[in-house]
Amino acid sequence: MATTDETDWAGLLVKVRDHQDRAAFAALFRHFAPRVKAFLMKSGAGAALAEECAQDVMATLWQKAHLFDPSRASVATWVFTIARNRRIDALRKARRAEPEELDWGPDPEPDQAEVMEAQQETERLGRALAALPASQRVLIERAFYGELSHSEIAAETGLPLGTIKSRIRLALEKLRHQLG
Amino acid sequence: MTTIRHHLSDQLLMAYAAGQLPEAFNLVVATHVSLCDECRARAASFDAVGGALLEEAEEIAMGEDALTRALERIEGLPQATRSEPLKPAGIFPAPLADYVGGDLSAVRWRKVGGGVKQAILPTGKDASARLLYIPAGTAVPDHGHRGMELTLVLQGAFADENDRFGRGDIEIADEEVEHTPVALAGEDCICLAATDAPLRFRGLIPRLAQPLLRI
Repeated sequence: MATTDETDWAGLLVKVRDHQDRAAFAALFRHFAPRVKAFLMKSGAGAALAEECAQDVMATLWQKAHLFDPSRASVATWVFTIARNRRIDALRKARRAEPEELDWGPDPEPDQAEVMEAQQETERLGRALAALPASQRVLIERAFYGELSHSEIAAETGLPLGTIKSRIRLALEKLRHQLG
Repeated sequence: MTTIRHHLSDQLLMAYAAGQLPEAFNLVVATHVSLCDECRARAASFDAVGGALLEEAEEIAMGEDALTRALERIEGLPQATRSEPLKPAGIFPAPLADYVGGDLSAVRWRKVGGGVKQAILPTGKDASARLLYIPAGTAVPDHGHRGMELTLVLQGAFADENDRFGRGDIEIADEEVEHTPVALAGEDCICLAATDAPLRFRGLIPRLAQPLLRI
């Protein structure tokens, strides 16, 4: 299930999930912790706070590994959502209501094609981001780094989000069907 | 799942994914997404943008002993096991039930006149959220849209000159919207509303006291 040209983060996180594999966790930590730290510092956290929060985020990744389903989201997206919530907590001291959990846990035998598609989305979006005019990319970065208020955020990203939406929509339909 | 015709805007979903909404708006978005698979999927696609940004971001080196500390730290951490999600039996999806501390029977309503009741929910001060109870056939209180206002229907329905809003539908109003929504006949209408403008109680109450006669 590993993609050809990048490390198989999803495979590693599944090892953490299923076997509490510490070597797999260490590999994830080396890749993601410095990125989470950078994300938090760009969002206005000082170095010490960002380091501390990045530690928290990685510990949460370990603790919540049981919720990770590689056919739903890439590891980068999963780490981002944890880091974002930690940021809201630490920097804005606000609460973020989360949608109701759906009754779908990780599928013990997920469809490998679906896993591959979900895991490659981050890479594909990364290429699309790089291809955007600089001014547009900067607006998206500023929105996600917390530099824009909700009324300043521009809805039009120019990114191909339709394919991601459709894939998740389909998975939700399948789930609703199973639940009857 | 009922058919939802009025959805969240891309702007709100992106701001939710970016973590930039006031708490009261987070609550409305999370409650709508709980009822709406379409917006759940759209929200996830904006999360994926955050994932791509994180992946592409520069790295800032962690402290030398960071990995050792992390490994020590997870040593003592139990991995949570999957628990069955709580499925509220009432009309409030989980995030709202969490704020209210239960379902409809747990709401501490205050009368505001004309049979209309409201309950302000505890959120941060940058925006406010409240539940509204509007008897069937009564005018929805007009809050004089300053700033942005979100209204999510949880029970019953309301309609204005242009449209009808039923369970799960969300109305997004800004300063330009001027309308006279009315709770439709049938079930009493219950909505979750949030605004980032200060609530204007003084001007509100006299207007609320006059149930609208035309439907």
